[in-house]
Amino acid sequence: MTAPSPDPGPAGPAVATQEWWGTEEACVTFGDKLALDHVTFHAPPGQVSAVVGGDGAGRTTLLRCLAGAHAVSSGRVQLPPPLRIGYLSAGSGTYPDLSVDENLAFRATAYRLPAATARERSAELLERAGLSGARDRLAGQLSGGMRQKLGVIASMLHQPDLLVLDEPTTGVDPVSRADLWWLIARAAANGAAVVLATSYLDEAERAFEVLALDAGRELASGTPEQIVAAMPGTLRVSDARPEGEVRRRAWRRGGRWRIWDPPGAPGPADLPSPAGPAGPGGPADEVTPDLQDAVTVAILARELAGARGGNGRPEGGDPR
Amino acid sequence: MTQPLAQCVDVTKRFGHFVAVDGVDLRLGPGEVVGLLGANGAGKTTLIRMLLGLLATTSGQVLLFGEPPSRATRQRIGYVPQTLGLYDDLTPAENLAFSEAAFGTQPGEGGRQVMASALPESLRPFSRTVVGSLPLGVQRSVAFAQALAHHPDLLILDEPTSGVDPLARARLWETVAIAATAGTGVLVTTHYMDEAGECDRLMVMADGRVVAEGTSGQIVGDARVSVVETGSWAQAFAALEAAGLPATLVGRTLRVPGANPADVRRALGPIEASVTGAPATLEERFFELTLTASRAREPA
Repeated sequence: MTAPSPDPGPAGPAVATQEWWGTEEACVTFGDKLALDHVTFHAPPGQVSAVVGGDGAGRTTLLRCLAGAHAVSSGRVQLPPPLRIGYLSAGSGTYPDLSVDENLAFRATAYRLPAATARERSAELLERAGLSGARDRLAGQLSGGMRQKLGVIASMLHQPDLLVLDEPTTGVDPVSRADLWWLIARAAANGAAVVLATSYLDEAERAFEVLALDAGRELASGTPEQIVAAMPGTLRVSDARPEGEVRRRAWRRGGRWRIWDPPGAPGPADLPSPAGPAGPGGPADEVTPDLQDAVTVAILARELAGARGGNGRPEGGDPR
Repeated sequence: MTQPLAQCVDVTKRFGHFVAVDGVDLRLGPGEVVGLLGANGAGKTTLIRMLLGLLATTSGQVLLFGEPPSRATRQRIGYVPQTLGLYDDLTPAENLAFSEAAFGTQPGEGGRQVMASALPESLRPFSRTVVGSLPLGVQRSVAFAQALAHHPDLLILDEPTSGVDPLARARLWETVAIAATAGTGVLVTTHYMDEAGECDRLMVMADGRVVAEGTSGQIVGDARVSVVETGSWAQAFAALEAAGLPATLVGRTLRVPGANPADVRRALGPIEASVTGAPATLEERFFELTLTASRAREPA
């Protein structure tokens, strides 16, 4: 499920506009650990793409590769020149001992942005993000949300072709998150390919395309609709906590239980009533999955297939 | 009516001239899961610190199990702070043993037994690894186990699931649900609106006050947004911004909270687009409530 690659034909004229920035079959190893395992990710200009996954999924490694901050061990990256990339590393990426204005001025100089242009853009973005009153404050003294907004503004000030944001919204309250999303949309509207890593699936659902990673490998990719459509099997909900074998395929969401039935599994009607009172909670209803359900199912399916390791980290891994 | 586990009656907390919590009422009963939503600075953490007995109120009354907060009431509370409150250099089992000792449950030889049984099945593989080397999702499970080990009547969770994958998050909520079914009352803060669905009731705080209360559906009420579908979203985004109608981007669709479709259509000018109305999400409604509260404060 990847975007069409640009024609690699030797005689073809240079493509006027880049179709995507990203990786193809990228692997990254740290010692004998495979941090990124044949990951293909295309971020098209003028659009927001999201990389999701929990702690240790490989998000940060992939984003570092996209920012040009880390080389791939094998595979290919296609990136704009370094000065045309904007990067916000996880955990802010601002200088705590510099003021808001100084942070932006420093960043503008590093990206060779004329001072007047930098001042004009800074003023506009700071105003819109609600940071105008904080221009003289040290970055280290800002609240988490304000610091993240400053970090995003600093990384998009030079209007990069590729904007890479590592967890810009983690731990940020919903009001600052709305400002951050406005900045992100603004960068995409200006034509940047925006890549953001997040652990919030509702946030990923706002991206045009999503790559879900787990243990360095692709779990799912495509538009949220494509990922949902590609979910194997069916999903049902139950008010009662499932018992027996089914429990391994169940999880809690929205105050009820979601139960995944893999393809070929006996449907709810065929299931022998598990231990417990007859017909616990009545017949469970089939439910239309969303992105969060589909990604949860993908993680669960991998966990069940890997078995043994009981905490979401399959051991051994599949041969590839 | 059964006695509430936790109760705030017109509670106010000032720091100098700053009013952090302003006349808040709260009742939390056994088995109830109440979600506390609010932007940073809304007063959630101050309220929690008063419930824990770490801060005194300026006025109003906090009652835990019918009495003022004390060391005795603290013993009946399980608390998972944002920072998890674990010792990085200790293993999960050692962390649990330490908190068992601090809570005075089963001192001496029996302690180890209690501690071992409190370590959930899923954490056993990590029992010999120091917490600092564990993945964040596992660390969070350890913090939950530690908070629940002394079978508290009241569980207070401050942003319990930040940074973990959806399955790990669902498993943490499973732990909460099991405790609640057994009668534990739960007060939880979150920035993640999807988790609001796990709560029986929500309280939205803004500027120290409770500005909305009820289920997610009750809080959203009939709030609506305008939805813009267009082939040229970037131009539409700029046009709406210029008209003072900031939009949010979802895929290639724009959503404009607090504006009716006719106004949005006008703001788009010649841009070809379909504009329709749709029910607001909880996050959109939350945003509106918070904005209204901060505007109300500004003239003062």
